[in-house]
Amino acid sequence: MPEQLKARPGPQHPGRLITTAVPMAWLLLFFLVPFLIVLKISFSEGILAMPPYAPMIEWTHERVLSIRLHLANFRFLFTDALYADAFLYSVKVAAISTLLCLALGYPMALGIARSPPARRNVLLMLVILPFWTSFLLRVYAWIGLLKDDGLINNLLLWLHVLPSPIHMVNTTFSVYVGIVYSYLPFMVLPLYSNLEKHDPILLEAAADLGAPPWKSFLRITWPLSVPGVVAGTMLVFIPAVGEYVIPTLLGSANQLMIGRVLSDEFFENRDWPVASAVAIAILLLLLIPTVIFQRYNRRELESAS
Amino acid sequence: MKRRPAILVPSLLAFGFAFLYLPILSMIGFSFNASRLVTVWDAAHSPTLKWYVALFQNRQIIDAAWLSVRIAVMNAFGAVVIGTMAGFALVRFGQFRGRGLLATLTTAPLVLPEIITGLSLLLLFVSMEQLIGWPARRGIVTITIAHISFSIAYVAVIVQARLVGFDESLEEAALDLGARPAQVFRRITLPLIFPALISGWLLSFTLSWDDVVISQFVAGPGSSTLPMVIFSKVRLGVSPDVNALATLMVLLVAVGVVVSSLLLQRREKQRAQEMRMALAE
Repeated sequence: MPEQLKARPGPQHPGRLITTAVPMAWLLLFFLVPFLIVLKISFSEGILAMPPYAPMIEWTHERVLSIRLHLANFRFLFTDALYADAFLYSVKVAAISTLLCLALGYPMALGIARSPPARRNVLLMLVILPFWTSFLLRVYAWIGLLKDDGLINNLLLWLHVLPSPIHMVNTTFSVYVGIVYSYLPFMVLPLYSNLEKHDPILLEAAADLGAPPWKSFLRITWPLSVPGVVAGTMLVFIPAVGEYVIPTLLGSANQLMIGRVLSDEFFENRDWPVASAVAIAILLLLLIPTVIFQRYNRRELESAS
Repeated sequence: MKRRPAILVPSLLAFGFAFLYLPILSMIGFSFNASRLVTVWDAAHSPTLKWYVALFQNRQIIDAAWLSVRIAVMNAFGAVVIGTMAGFALVRFGQFRGRGLLATLTTAPLVLPEIITGLSLLLLFVSMEQLIGWPARRGIVTITIAHISFSIAYVAVIVQARLVGFDESLEEAALDLGARPAQVFRRITLPLIFPALISGWLLSFTLSWDDVVISQFVAGPGSSTLPMVIFSKVRLGVSPDVNALATLMVLLVAVGVVVSSLLLQRREKQRAQEMRMALAE
């Protein structure tokens, strides 16, 4: 709103106050408070009741405020191999999927950035378009392609490439495919917006000085694109760690990712405290990549303005 | 300067697009397949529209779709209003108290795993019900609130991007010419950021229409959104009517995105021309 213009500063203007207060109040109530509740319940003891956890803060009969921090949920996460396995497996799947995404997304972004300007917007649109269609249905489409009597196996059998169908669905491989497929636009877009800004004169100069294309790529394009690589990598890795839908539809039932473990603890075992502890553990795990991403983002915003 | 035309990058680009589009195309193709075995083409009876007919006779899917549309529309309007406010506060209000907190709260949903957002919102609703008796029942209201909470972040990012590249001298000129701040906002600011509001609205609608994880947490019995119904169906394996549904949704989205981007482009061009004419006078 224009109230902040030099002509009329009025920092206490009611319009300005409302504009700040409404989103702040909404996000505090529906984002920060819920998070604090999760934190609280993760330190509570599970009981058979509704809701299934014991109060952590209560007035005892002597009017003494008692606060009990129940650390058993977290100890449980460390001692039961199920959780450590699920965490390691999630990080591994997310990391490998992110690398595959980079390997495919980088040439795509480069290809778009180096195509004639008139064609760039169309190509970009083609990258974004699948993102607008249902994520769930796009993951589902892969079941039809990958299953034992699916399109890929049928095609390979028909071409006599394979003697018998290969088992692809419900494996870690199909989870990689699903994640790379779903998150590819998140890799391509930040890479493109970085690569598109490169000055072609640099490459021409390198070529004039006799550098072969691979060398000018390694010495010029790649180093300049590192911020884009960082942004794309974080945008894929962070959500991939907590991914729930893709491993549920395409993954194996024996190897669970941590998002699925959380959901099972909550819905199947009705163990809210352990589910909350898993959530806190995921957040701690994602803290480092998130901070890297935020710092990068702030720098980009600052250089843009 | 002559360079050998590169092969590697264009062919990987083509591979990437094939990778993006083949699954969708195969799903569309198989939606016309008569066989119940989805991926085994029944040449004798195909193509057929019978799965589309079955779809429109399926009350569960129709009801779920209607619920999803209502939630998505309410979410889009709510998120655009609150998200725009957040974007304005962050770009225009300088350094105010709580700015850092607001900035963090509007970017956190972008990186938080859905499953944690869902869990924490459900725990909030349960606690609120115990404390103040509201919400007594979980359903359309709680799902909409949950969706607005994460959609705000996306709208705020889009509006911020638009405001950063915004020429404030237009507003100053209007103020100098005696327009009241409310007038300036309605006649100048709003039309200029309008494309961002449209993009934010469409994105919020899509995010809500598509969400399964968060909805699953905050929905109550008897309030299944369309993605929830699809998810429980496809967990049991491929089914031909889901292919038909997917085809319709892809079609709808493709038409919607193409039409809206063409409209936006035309609007932008028109506006640029009007600006040029105004300046030339």
